[in-house]
Amino acid sequence: MAVVYERSGGPGAEAPILPPLVGARRVRRRFGDRGFRELTRGAALTLVVMVAGMAAVMAHAAWPSIRRFGWSFIVKSDWDPVAEHFGALPFIFGTLVSSLLALLIAVPLGIGAAIYLAELAPRGVRPPVTFLVELLAAVPSVVYGLWGIFVLAPWLRTWVQPALGHTLGFLPLFQGPPYGVGMLAAGLILAIMIVPFITAVSREVLLAVPRTQREAALALGATGWETTRIAVLRYGRSGLIGAVLLGLGRALGETMAVTMLIGNRPEISLSLFAPGYTMASVIANEFTEATSDLYLGALIEIGLLLLILTLAVNGLARLLVWSMGRGPMVVRE
Amino acid sequence: MTRLTTTRWRQRVSTVMGTLTAASAGAVVLPLVLIFGFLLWQGASAINVDFLTHLPKPVGEIGGGMANAIIGTLILLGLASLLGLPLGILGGVYLAESRDRRLPWAVRFLADVLNGVPSIVIGIFAYTLVVLPMRRFSAVAGGVALAVIMLPIVVRTTEEMVRLVPASLREAGLALGVPEWKVVLRVVLPTARAGIVTGAMVAVARIAGETAPLLFTAFGNRFWHQGLDQPIAALPLQIFAYAIAPYDDWHRQAWAGALVLIMLVLAVSLMARLVTRGRVGAVR
Amino acid sequence: MTMPRRLVVGLVVAVCAVLSAGVVPATAQLLINGAGATFPYPIYSKWFDEYAKISQGVNFNYQSIGSGGGIRQITARTVDFGATDGPMTDEQLKAAPGELFHVPTVLGAVVATYNLPGNPKLRFTPEILADIFFGKIAKWNGARIKDANPNVSLPDQPIIVVHRSDGSGTTYIWVDYLAKVSSEWEQKVGRGTSVKWPVGLGGKGNEGVAGQIKNTPGALGYVELAYAIKNNLPAAAIRNQAGKFVEPTIRSTTSAAAGAAAEMPADFRVSLTNAAGDDAYPVASFTWLLVYREQPDEVKGKAIVNFLWWAAHDGQKYAADLLYAPLPAPVVKQIEAKLRQVVYQGRPLLAAR
Repeated sequence: MAVVYERSGGPGAEAPILPPLVGARRVRRRFGDRGFRELTRGAALTLVVMVAGMAAVMAHAAWPSIRRFGWSFIVKSDWDPVAEHFGALPFIFGTLVSSLLALLIAVPLGIGAAIYLAELAPRGVRPPVTFLVELLAAVPSVVYGLWGIFVLAPWLRTWVQPALGHTLGFLPLFQGPPYGVGMLAAGLILAIMIVPFITAVSREVLLAVPRTQREAALALGATGWETTRIAVLRYGRSGLIGAVLLGLGRALGETMAVTMLIGNRPEISLSLFAPGYTMASVIANEFTEATSDLYLGALIEIGLLLLILTLAVNGLARLLVWSMGRGPMVVRE
Repeated sequence: MTRLTTTRWRQRVSTVMGTLTAASAGAVVLPLVLIFGFLLWQGASAINVDFLTHLPKPVGEIGGGMANAIIGTLILLGLASLLGLPLGILGGVYLAESRDRRLPWAVRFLADVLNGVPSIVIGIFAYTLVVLPMRRFSAVAGGVALAVIMLPIVVRTTEEMVRLVPASLREAGLALGVPEWKVVLRVVLPTARAGIVTGAMVAVARIAGETAPLLFTAFGNRFWHQGLDQPIAALPLQIFAYAIAPYDDWHRQAWAGALVLIMLVLAVSLMARLVTRGRVGAVR
Repeated sequence: MTMPRRLVVGLVVAVCAVLSAGVVPATAQLLINGAGATFPYPIYSKWFDEYAKISQGVNFNYQSIGSGGGIRQITARTVDFGATDGPMTDEQLKAAPGELFHVPTVLGAVVATYNLPGNPKLRFTPEILADIFFGKIAKWNGARIKDANPNVSLPDQPIIVVHRSDGSGTTYIWVDYLAKVSSEWEQKVGRGTSVKWPVGLGGKGNEGVAGQIKNTPGALGYVELAYAIKNNLPAAAIRNQAGKFVEPTIRSTTSAAAGAAAEMPADFRVSLTNAAGDDAYPVASFTWLLVYREQPDEVKGKAIVNFLWWAAHDGQKYAADLLYAPLPAPVVKQIEAKLRQVVYQGRPLLAAR
């Protein structure tokens, strides 16, 4: 049994040990290293400053709404631009449910496809299929939306929703009239939109796993799938989580395509057939026409809430990964 | 031996999983084929030399195209990449290589958060930052908005790819007395190059199709661009404007525009891969 | 570097050089930027194209970002003119750095459209429409709809209401009409570019609503006339203030404006819904261009007022083909007077005509 060590590079872990520096070389090397370190740190800080700046600007613009509604903004469901009553709960619900649905569909498919493309596909098939998958990321979201209206939603309304209603209709998930548009359509289109990100990045992660890992597992008598599972997936785990989080980010923030397929009804319902509304959609729909400061503030407060939601979801995901063991395992060569 | 550990059972599982992953790949590619088919069916008739070389014409008139939007998109992608790629790759390298205790964790977190911000919000941010002070819409503002959107993707994928470079390569370089920063630049980055390029191309593909952030920054232009500080046309904007109009002629041009956009991204991706392909790469 | 790679890099550099060459404008064209409503985008694009043929060196660049966007951008002065389907409120006008004029350009109609087997021609009274949008009339074969349409066989199907999800001038026109004909609507829902709809699904844009209705049997919603016609959707006849059931046509839309022309306020901010007149279609509206009374730039200002003059006269002949209704003659006269008030540093910009 090969010995496995804790891998360097987990959160807060030690980096490789440097050889000792002596004399004149020490000064020159310090300079180059220091300069490079500061450069990369500066680049990273720009990102922090950007997000902090964005949050600050948004908080400032959302202040009228925060002051007026306080916490009730998050728990109330009333959205009335004319009477200026605003409550964001249906949007939070819609964003969470549609993104969750999209992940449930896209993660298994995406990682499965990545495994296929990285490990199992015949040589000739790999480049074209990989390219096709990346092309999917380039399709404008308005095209996704319109394709959804003309092709996906009618298909759901005519075939899928009635079938689901007949077979699984006892579950509250699949009850209600089949409109075609609704949470299910939105979740599906989101899944289609995020799957290329997950697939492309996962594929690169899997390809970067050193051959020695696979060879070690095969040498011990593992089957193809076992090799993939034990040697490759586990080694690339943090990269795969990164790919999934990338997809999740897109799902949370996607506006155009979702707003064309979700029905845009600020309601909370247990059924996937029911229409819903997401935070990004309401901002996209109503921002350009919002007139009063309070209305605008309410919409920007939703944007702020989305930021916080993304923070929370990402935090949760990181916690999950951390609890599963710090970083992937590696065999020292 | 129990049922679950016989060789035959394990091999059977392996075959089944092989089929499932192949099916996944098929399921992933299927929507693209359907969407592409839809675009081709609806819009292929509108793609001709006119479309690629002429300015837009009002509805009902024959001819007219999206030439300015094609050039505009290329310029915007170039601007965004100029701003976003260096910043993103350096940031990714920082996250993977740095020995700082808390900053990397915060940066990683915030990058994931930024990735989830709706593009329209980023557009509004760029509007406040660039358009209002300049008192006009411009290509620069559009480039800034797109760069902000592509940043987290580039940072995170670069980080993951750099992380996956085996420690042995790093240590070999250091053991030979090469300074750390040179090891990163000459050994680690070239090894991770293919993965970083994929990340960059995925980011470019993502921003190539973005409409909402450009509405308030690049604005759009029915004519040739007159400078980077002026409104500029872009394919997603033009596609959007045509797609939501009631006229069939414009619809066909919208779908044709979408096809051209996808081809554009394909071409850029191909070129990037060609230029950066090298002998040194991760073990394939 | 290898040979093919050198080639590719060389190509990329050449392309970049070509693109950046465009940074320096080839011919100095005057670019006038405008933003606003999506509804009139087709005719504005036609106008700007036609006008470019007769004006030398002036290019009008109009982008449809929505009426609210148009109002906001002209207030921030990031564009030279704005466009809106819904008139600015007093507060919005006060917030602008200068006095803004509303100049009507064309007329549009908002129609009630639906998807029923056999595509029958339906008639609605205002009360029926309000109650459908309240959700009180839930089925097509309800007694009241049958009464208004005695010769039509209506199916036993629920009415699936479709409205706009995005804020829009079209919505404003529709709810403005409903608020006028139903005091309950005025109290409970009110007017606005976005409202709290009692029932229904939200479609994005006129196209989204039309597409939704087209694909959903039993659906009913409101769209601009052009979208109904272009999508082969029927447009219902609605009973107007004079008691007649009027179909939405270009003529009946212009009649609505003619009826209101006698009482047109000086600033043109008027609602044409439920207009008087036998032939008036009850859900019609102007669409306006927004310009400052005091123009900051003489050359641009001159170009803008000359264009507006042209649009109110010669431009009107392009309206009908694109399914907009032209302005009635008395309104054109009033526009002429208004345009003469646009100045640059005190001097009127419009040449004597």
